[in-house]
Amino acid sequence: MRVALVQAPIDVTAMLEEVRDRASGATTLFLGTVRDVNDGRSVEGIDYSAYEGMARRELETIGREAVERFGTEHVVIVHRIGYLALTDISIAIVVSHARRSPAMDAARYVIEEVKKRVPIWKREHYVDGTREWVDPTRGHAEARR
Amino acid sequence: MPSVRVLLFASYAEALGASSVDVELGPSARVRDVLESVRDRAGTVRLPPSPLVAVNEQYATLDDPVSERDEVAIIPPVAGG
Repeated sequence: MRVALVQAPIDVTAMLEEVRDRASGATTLFLGTVRDVNDGRSVEGIDYSAYEGMARRELETIGREAVERFGTEHVVIVHRIGYLALTDISIAIVVSHARRSPAMDAARYVIEEVKKRVPIWKREHYVDGTREWVDPTRGHAEARR
Repeated sequence: MPSVRVLLFASYAEALGASSVDVELGPSARVRDVLESVRDRAGTVRLPPSPLVAVNEQYATLDDPVSERDEVAIIPPVAGG
């Protein structure tokens, strides 16, 4: 199990190599990428920032939980921070396991927990020149204010 | 009087115009007391009634104790992934 918070582009191929194992019959890869529209607004890019020490610690906790729940050591989570352009990868999660079902469930578990608990924030940069902090706890109408 | 540093991030740092504030600690101070002290400052209208707080990089409750050597952080709604 390994987690990291990085500034540079994420090397997905190296991560897949990291979980390669003769005992694994299934490998899942989840990528979070920057998309061009959010809440009806045209997005140009997203600036990610983090409470770095705590974010690493929370990623570690989630990684360990996935190892215990799904029964594989082969879990790698990498989150990128800094300014990301459209299509850039913000998070990559790879899991390999003897069987496909836990491999897929583990990746799903990790991304859902990351979204709930890891102190990382994003500020969307819109095509119209404005910027806004994303607050997933607010309703859509409020978010547009 | 002893004090503690409170870290601010993202929209909260922007609202308060600082990435951290130092607040004085009364005897047997708790997280709720630290939050009250932060609220006395300008720009805190954007702080929700009960924001998430971390002490020493772990999520804390309002009743958790805070001492001088702790690192307190007010955590805006997280949006990773």
